[in-house]
Amino acid sequence: MKLLNRSLVILSISFFLIIGIWSLVFYWNLRDEIRDSIDDGLDNNRVLILQKMITDSTLLSQHEFSGNNFKIRPITKEEAFTYKDIYKDTMMYRINEDDLEPVRVLHSAFEHQDTFYQLTVISSLVEEDDLIEDSFWAVVWLFIILITSIIIINNIILRKIWNPFYEILNHLKNYRLDRDEMPKNSQTKTKEFIQLQNATNTLIHHSREVYASQKQFTENASHELQTPIAIITNKLELLLESDHLVEKDAQTIADVINMANRLKKLNQSLLLLVKIENNQFLEQEAISINQLALDFLSNYQEVTDFKNIELKVKTTTELVVQMNASLAEMLITNLIKNAVFHNTKNGQITVRITEEEFEIRNTGTSHSLDAITIFNRFEKDPTKTLSTGLGLSICQAICQTYGFKITYQFIENEHCFSVKFKTTHTSI
Amino acid sequence: MKILVIEDEIELQEAIKESLLKEKYTVETAQDFTVAYEKIALYDYDCILLDIMLPGGSGFQILEKLKDMDKSENVIIISAKDSLEDKLNGLALGADDYLTKPFHIAELNARIKAVLRRKKYDGKNEIVIGNVTLDIDERTLSIAGKNIHLNRKEFDILSYFLSNKNRLITKTALAEYVWGDEIDQADNLDFIYYQIKNLRKKLDDSNAEVVIEAIYGVGYKLSQK
Repeated sequence: MKLLNRSLVILSISFFLIIGIWSLVFYWNLRDEIRDSIDDGLDNNRVLILQKMITDSTLLSQHEFSGNNFKIRPITKEEAFTYKDIYKDTMMYRINEDDLEPVRVLHSAFEHQDTFYQLTVISSLVEEDDLIEDSFWAVVWLFIILITSIIIINNIILRKIWNPFYEILNHLKNYRLDRDEMPKNSQTKTKEFIQLQNATNTLIHHSREVYASQKQFTENASHELQTPIAIITNKLELLLESDHLVEKDAQTIADVINMANRLKKLNQSLLLLVKIENNQFLEQEAISINQLALDFLSNYQEVTDFKNIELKVKTTTELVVQMNASLAEMLITNLIKNAVFHNTKNGQITVRITEEEFEIRNTGTSHSLDAITIFNRFEKDPTKTLSTGLGLSICQAICQTYGFKITYQFIENEHCFSVKFKTTHTSI
Repeated sequence: MKILVIEDEIELQEAIKESLLKEKYTVETAQDFTVAYEKIALYDYDCILLDIMLPGGSGFQILEKLKDMDKSENVIIISAKDSLEDKLNGLALGADDYLTKPFHIAELNARIKAVLRRKKYDGKNEIVIGNVTLDIDERTLSIAGKNIHLNRKEFDILSYFLSNKNRLITKTALAEYVWGDEIDQADNLDFIYYQIKNLRKKLDDSNAEVVIEAIYGVGYKLSQK
């Protein structure tokens, strides 16, 4: 839910409650005030009638209202002494409205020439249901007008006020450390936004430093490890050329050279993985997967010939993918190399390239590999102890970088790797 | 042929020097920026092996200095950084090749030979040993004046051997040179034997004056008969 809408909902609910309670209180006050002023009027009338009666005794014969707003009725002395002035609401028939209408009544008693009388004065009341109805609609309108104005104010003014916020947000959304962008400053005088901006800029700055130092570390690690490995390899290669070696020693030296080489591969693969995961391969170009596949298959032709592997390439169309050239090469060559080297003698490799998928199937071990762990780092065929176990992790890291999907299946006794190049997202 | 090895890691420098001496080059060494700077200013070399990260300065500065002095030395960068940026940077500054550490001795030999060949003024980029002539540009082999057909991989293997005459080439080094770095230790390298067998047959059939021998089962060596 957007911030604007959220504040709108909260404001609406609060206004609804505030206005609701306020209108009830206001209504009760208003009603009391009206009663008060009518009661004063009735009292005033009583006094006027009593004064007028001194000069005009015909008033005493006014036993029914019949047009006037009072009636007088004689009562006994005992009755009169129990009397107090009573104001009350009651209903009376009104001829013009042909209905019972609310009236305010004052019952009072007085003594005139030793006779006791009861005086009843009335005054018509505002119709309460009308009052309630009118007030209700007034309140509803007030509510609607308030909410509408809030929506308008939100949309016009607040949107403007929040503009720097959205600018900062958009900048952050599109910000990529590896593109080496500087943090941007949007123009705002709002204190909170300036704080937000400063906080994000500090964060970006810090991340850039960490990123740079991580890259530096990667490179340093590479440098530090590669040189000793180079020394081991080269010295042993020279030793192998010595004239005084016996074959057994030579074999041992060759084994150590192979180990050094394995160390080199491991180091290079790990650094490569880190680089891929750090998105350090930025340049993209249109890569023909068909061409790559054919190139690498022909590169291993001697090996496939040697193992008498039958190659089948089925392409329906040219698959062109926008990606980094080195990564594309690594992805395809790793998959092809696996298919070639993990194959059996007289085996078979089938490459299928469709509009959005590269699939390679090969014969090999007769049991399925674990489709879940196969892409994990250092997950390898226990019989091939010299493998780095990083080839498929590299493939997966490359696919993740571009949002491609790489899967393994064991179909009809064949190991099948497929890469779906349809991008679900582009992180680069 | 005079070669300057600029490398701060003494052990590596010595290994390279030892290997280069076997090739009968005159070898000088420099292990920091200042010494390297002095040497390139004072002497001329046929080839310079240049490490990028040096105590006291960067290999790139050496390249710039060479450019400033209008020297046309062949420079091969040997760097631990496998960075495309450095590679392009170095080549733009006039380096002839870029070799990432760790490398095989045979690989270094082949690169140096290639660079030196290019420098020759007769315009021919070929390796001649005995009656065997390998034309690198045309990718052809002629033995005693007769053209012999080689497939792509056989050509690569032979050129590697000819650049490493009398030197041992391990199977791994050969596989990496011919089939690329992706070739794994785990991969059965028996197919190399098969390739060598074919190549030997072609050489023998044409009475070539070179021979490829297997050494202890760990590698091969080409020598002149």
